[in-house]
Amino acid sequence: MFTRRTLLAAASATALMLSASLASAQDKIYIPLVSKGFQHQFWQAVKAGADQAAAEFGVEVTFEGPDTEAQVDKQMDMLAAALAKKPAALGFAALDSQAATPLLRQAQDAGIPVIAFDSGVDSDIPATTVTTNNLAAAALAADKMAELIGGAGKVALVVHDQTSRTGIDRRDGFVNRVKEAYPNIEIVDIQYGGGDQLMSTEITKAMLTAHPDMKGIFGANEGSALGVINAVRETNTQGLVVIGYDSGAAQKAAIKEGLMAGAITQSPVGMGYETVKAAIAATKGEALPKTIDSGFAWYDASNMDAPEIAAVLYD
Amino acid sequence: MTTLPAATPARKPASGAQQKLLAFASLIALLVFFSLASPNFLQTSNILAILQATSVNGVLAIAATLVIITGGIDLSVGTLMTFCAVMAGVILTNAGMPLPLGVLGAIAVGAICGTISGTLVAKMKIPPFIATLGMMLILKGLSLIISGTKPIYFNDTPGFSEISTGSLIGKVFPAVPVPNGVLILFILALVIGYVLNRTVLGRYCFALGSNEEAVRLSGVNTDAWKIAIYALAGSICGIAGLIIASRLNSAQPALGLGYELDAIAAVVIGGTSLAGGRGSILGTMIGALIMAVLLNGLRVMSVAQEWQTVVTGAIIIAAVYADMLRRRRAAS
Repeated sequence: MFTRRTLLAAASATALMLSASLASAQDKIYIPLVSKGFQHQFWQAVKAGADQAAAEFGVEVTFEGPDTEAQVDKQMDMLAAALAKKPAALGFAALDSQAATPLLRQAQDAGIPVIAFDSGVDSDIPATTVTTNNLAAAALAADKMAELIGGAGKVALVVHDQTSRTGIDRRDGFVNRVKEAYPNIEIVDIQYGGGDQLMSTEITKAMLTAHPDMKGIFGANEGSALGVINAVRETNTQGLVVIGYDSGAAQKAAIKEGLMAGAITQSPVGMGYETVKAAIAATKGEALPKTIDSGFAWYDASNMDAPEIAAVLYD
Repeated sequence: MTTLPAATPARKPASGAQQKLLAFASLIALLVFFSLASPNFLQTSNILAILQATSVNGVLAIAATLVIITGGIDLSVGTLMTFCAVMAGVILTNAGMPLPLGVLGAIAVGAICGTISGTLVAKMKIPPFIATLGMMLILKGLSLIISGTKPIYFNDTPGFSEISTGSLIGKVFPAVPVPNGVLILFILALVIGYVLNRTVLGRYCFALGSNEEAVRLSGVNTDAWKIAIYALAGSICGIAGLIIASRLNSAQPALGLGYELDAIAAVVIGGTSLAGGRGSILGTMIGALIMAVLLNGLRVMSVAQEWQTVVTGAIIIAAVYADMLRRRRAAS
């Protein structure tokens, strides 16, 4: 009993200190961001951008997301808790737009503007959507692939999944660009590894076994791209052109080592920043465009240390 | 058939009541604490949000409690829930059948899968951990295969979302629109609580967990009872599948992995012993509520997500340790 009471007391003391520090900040505009993920480096970079905007504009921002992108119900619980705090505005990246509709309508009824980010929300409730143009970004990856393999040969894709908007857009952006512009490039395989590094490694190894004359592989998100790199390293494959997506320390190192030719970077930091900025504008009743492009760029060993690129890359 | 090892049930009630009181006191303490810490915590809409967040985990935890009391463990509750939700989608959306068939179908699929797990454990003597781990993966895979890895939406069955998000209570008392999913959880808890404490099935559930060999030697068909308990747990997972699918208006095939651990955590916080032979539905309900209140409260207080996870883990350990201390003192 004694131990339990001590524990509880310690917990309450910590929490009281936390709430005290919050109380002092309570007159600030409060904007919660409910994201699709949390511990993944990409989401941490979105959070960093949001925190940066919070500091710059003097607002209070919190950032939450479920452990995996399958946990739609947990995201609903986070959204409900965020609404309970009566925020000035809300940033939201829906895992499943339809499931979120009742809660978003509740936000709308309470006059809380909703800013969609990343894959957006399939509804007319959000004031705007801050997102990467994934179709155009993947088309840029296809152009770079064509340039690097000399416009002809076999290529393959390792994609994170075939159901999410980003998975579909990056696959289609790449495939469509190859079809319309590069008739001599043959896409021999498209596989889905759930963004899991290890699974993507095994997929890539199987692809390389099936097609020893493969010229290049495009990994459509961080996990997929790292899986491709792993497989290249494990099988000691030479001369394969690997193009990745997003950044992260491991991918940046692979580009420096020459294992990866280059990658498309979104601007997760910019996404977090623009989301908070748009949310503040919405609380003031300012008009917002339908979508806000958070930006993308090609980077490789030659330009990754340039300030404008280094600023959007994350570890 | 009716001879039971007398010692076990006799010891149970006293310590059980005390444990429930302790867990209940912790729940109240958390509620009071969060109400003081944040002005936004104690409002009807937030309390309803907490209850709704409890509904799925609570139902899964009830299923897990039954199996854990027999001395087993069920790791497949989460993916079985998803599998039942997907089957409801197949019946209602893909086959276009009427709503009651979808509901019965999901529960029946749960019962069948539970029967399979029970048979693996009871007849083929595969340890419950392994048998249900296998089932967990099989069901996850089957959910993805049957759904074609895409969510199945219930837009053609308008009444379906009412199962969880509608409110019968709200029709009578408009001020407290408790979602039906929560109502289902509480009714289910009452029913299974009754089954555990007042029926033969419940008595064998405890007896199997205390001393299976003694029960078997006294002439009871332990295999059949064990399979029946796993089947009941499976059908409860079917109900969880309906609640979550209804809440999301879709069967999400990739969902479910990890939910078994949340359910088991709720069970142990509620004082049910992983060694079997001891436990209660009331305890499990309080355990599930503690987890939901804790997460919601920390969120409403804007505690960083990293720390939410740390605190949840610490509370699980503290709750079980306090229970052990009290038990040891009671024994000496």
